[in-house]
Amino acid sequence: MLILILKRVLISIPLLFVVSVLVFVLQSFIPGDAAQQIAGPQASPEMVEKLREALGLNLPVWEQYARWLGEVLHGSLGTSLLNGQPVIDALNQRLPTTLSLVIGSTVIATIVGVVLGVISSRGKGAAARFIDVLSIAGLAVPGFWLALLLITVFSVQLGIFPATGYVAFADSPSEWLRSLALPVAALSLTGVTAIAKQTREAMLDVQASDFIRNLRANGIPESAIVFRHALRSSAVRIVTISGLLFIGALGGSVVIEQVFGLPGLGTLAVSATTSKDLPMIQGIAVYFTLIVIVVNLATDIAYGWINPKVRTS
Amino acid sequence: MTSSPTPAPDSTTWIATQPRNRRRRGPLARFIRKPLGVAAAVLLLLGVVASFAPSLLTSIDPQAADFANVLSGPTAAHWLGTDSLGRDILSRIIYGTGPALLGVLIAVGVAALVAIPAGLAAAMFRPVDAVVTRLNDLVMSIPGIIVLLMVLALSGSMNWAMVAVGLLTAPGLVRVVRSSAATVTEEPYIAAARVFGVGKWKIAFRHVLPRIAGPILVNVSLIAANALVTAAGLNFLGLGLTPPTPSWGGLVADGAAVMNQQPWTLVPSGGVIAITVIAFVLLGDAIRDVTAEGWTAGRSKGASITRATTVPATSSDDAVIESADALLRVRDLSIAFPDADGSARSVVQSVSFDIGAGEAVGIVGESGCGKTITGLGVLGMLPGGARVVSGSIQLDGVELLELSPRERAAVRGKTIAFVSQEPMTALDPLFTVGYQISQAVRVHTGASRKRAAARTLELLEQVRIVDPKRVARSYPHEISGGMAQRVSIAIALAGAPRLLIADEPTTALDVTVQAEIVALLRTLQEETGLAVMLISHDLGVVSALCERAVVMYAGQAVERAPVGELMSTPLHPYSAGLLSANPHFATPGSRLQTIPGSVPPPDKWPVSCHFADRCALATEACRVGPIPLVAVAPGRASRCVRVDALQTEGVAR
Repeated sequence: MLILILKRVLISIPLLFVVSVLVFVLQSFIPGDAAQQIAGPQASPEMVEKLREALGLNLPVWEQYARWLGEVLHGSLGTSLLNGQPVIDALNQRLPTTLSLVIGSTVIATIVGVVLGVISSRGKGAAARFIDVLSIAGLAVPGFWLALLLITVFSVQLGIFPATGYVAFADSPSEWLRSLALPVAALSLTGVTAIAKQTREAMLDVQASDFIRNLRANGIPESAIVFRHALRSSAVRIVTISGLLFIGALGGSVVIEQVFGLPGLGTLAVSATTSKDLPMIQGIAVYFTLIVIVVNLATDIAYGWINPKVRTS
Repeated sequence: MTSSPTPAPDSTTWIATQPRNRRRRGPLARFIRKPLGVAAAVLLLLGVVASFAPSLLTSIDPQAADFANVLSGPTAAHWLGTDSLGRDILSRIIYGTGPALLGVLIAVGVAALVAIPAGLAAAMFRPVDAVVTRLNDLVMSIPGIIVLLMVLALSGSMNWAMVAVGLLTAPGLVRVVRSSAATVTEEPYIAAARVFGVGKWKIAFRHVLPRIAGPILVNVSLIAANALVTAAGLNFLGLGLTPPTPSWGGLVADGAAVMNQQPWTLVPSGGVIAITVIAFVLLGDAIRDVTAEGWTAGRSKGASITRATTVPATSSDDAVIESADALLRVRDLSIAFPDADGSARSVVQSVSFDIGAGEAVGIVGESGCGKTITGLGVLGMLPGGARVVSGSIQLDGVELLELSPRERAAVRGKTIAFVSQEPMTALDPLFTVGYQISQAVRVHTGASRKRAAARTLELLEQVRIVDPKRVARSYPHEISGGMAQRVSIAIALAGAPRLLIADEPTTALDVTVQAEIVALLRTLQEETGLAVMLISHDLGVVSALCERAVVMYAGQAVERAPVGELMSTPLHPYSAGLLSANPHFATPGSRLQTIPGSVPPPDKWPVSCHFADRCALATEACRVGPIPLVAVAPGRASRCVRVDALQTEGVAR
């Protein structure tokens, strides 16, 4: 197991490298640059050129990348071209918001989805259809639109939850929960339906297996068969989907954060892209990739925890 | 990026139904019979019209501002209302269709062009597989949204962003193509094509691709749905499109800006996205179903018996030996599966037998004769819609068929226990052996955790496991097949049952291990007074353990006899055939006889003798009507009109 984790970590390093190169190459093609942006439209070409030299934007791409890599090896991700703030500080400041949102929606989606999936795997006809309809709805309703509907109903009409803004957990745990309720709900719908459908299918597959028949034939009660044996066997598939959902939610969070005005990595990504703040974009890409790597690692560890065969090999 | 790989149509059904597929409808005719699919197709066609000629669908200019009717809500002039500048929302939706569908087309096209060849190559060429899988994992780990934001900043064009969406969603499709192509390439006709020297790429595109079209289409429709929502999301953020140009995502953003004054504006803008996504998904499902029907005959799933057909009374059993102290008494048991048209197709017909306390009785026959179904019937666990249509099953004088499902469940494990054929799949791979035994102990005896653990070790010793403590800590994959079967038996013994139904308990094991398991069952029978119902195709195993045997053929009991007599003088040609086909009883040096042909499927069973077509002794009399099971000697019964011939001539061995 330990070797497996180590192997995965080693495989992840080239991934980080590939992503950072990709971002650099793409970025270098973007017409116009930060110097123009910072100097403003009224600036003279000489001023822009000076700024460009000061920021190192006149160097060839590979040299810019080499400089950036050098900084990374010294534990820094550079500074924002716009306001000189160290990128790491900006990212760390916003990371909790995004993580709260993404972890929250993955956890909610998994719990609700598993409950719905188990219920529908026990039922016939109508229950199965319900999940099919729900999963189409999960695909069809765009998260940002659902977010707006939720705001309309729960903030504007009923006034239960705030429409925008984020309160840190450290400031007030209850307000933190309230500020996250709607964003998490909007972000988790697709996940709920995906998990419900996969859980249902996995449960039905397991129910057809020999060992479930033997358990039943030897008088093990239905509750133990469903919740202990069938659910645990289905867990591998559920965990796989949860991992994918987490990564999907990371992407979805960009739009959702924008709708609810949450100061997370997503809103930062949008503003950094429009202002061509290269180090910031680079930093966000690195953080997102790191999160993906950690999630994949956690998924692998979960496989081992569920399946003794993986654990012992 | 949700992908749900659908398994390829079952190969055996396909082979079997090909020649019978006479009145196969064309794909279009089959498609028209799916209302949801047709509705989705019509809607998307409308979308295509809106893309090429929006003016055909509306006369209102999407940019024309009607300041008199700002944020109007639906009216006769503006069917879907107006936005904050008084522009007609319906017109803006129609004019926004083109860019939306073009984006979807680009994403789907790019994904298909990349993923289909890559997936096929991975399935057919081993070295490619490793590369493709690596690349796939890599792309799936790239934070897609960052790439999209950058591409938009780079090009300022939605179309380039949609190319990126296609590339980023390709891995899911690669997986679907790869896994479904891998199953198809294992089929005989693909192997045959290969033997005939057909080139690999030709096989891939000519033979494999059409077969896996179903799962591909479903995944493509999901990619289309995902692309549409992603594009709308980017437009909603204000990226990729210049403001006055209408876009669906932009319309939602416009609505969001005025949602406090006129929440209605959110409905049509988001609704059109949702409806289009639903249309993609439904169309994909419908086309998948149509192609799947092309490969398999339509078979109604989850059917239940609506018309009960009576089993011919004459096939009944007139020769039951009444034994007063029978533990299990099965009488005229008939079991049927629902047929496609709702009628009952009987798979077990009027089977009767007794098992006394502590007695071992064998149920013998080839697979497909109804032995296992009979065993499951006794357990009250008939699969998939099957049910007992008539007869009686008494346990210790109690009629089991009159009990509620809950009461029957209570019998399982406590009075009747079960051991199955394949020991390696009989145990839950995720729990230790010890846990699985002690779970059964606790369920049946209510013992504490500690007491159950002690009892677990006792049970493992009872099934002659040498190092019980170590085995209890092991997981199923860490022990051998023979040991796993011993563990299965230990689980069955946990509730101190009086009857053990053992379904081919030795078939999957090595010959030496087989003998050990048979010996174990015999010892347990002697030690604990356990009765055994041994289901087996192997007369050798039955003769080693059982006192009496019931020979089953094609749903009927054809002979009932004490095992010794059955072996020396079989009184049914089928029993004789089983005997001479068994290597245990062959004369060394002579050729092993086999029974010609195979057990026919239940829908081919005649009313007359089921075995006649494979029988060397069959005459006209065998094909006239039902053959009764009659007493032919003390304690013996046979369902054969030519018993006399058998007795005098013997069966040619």
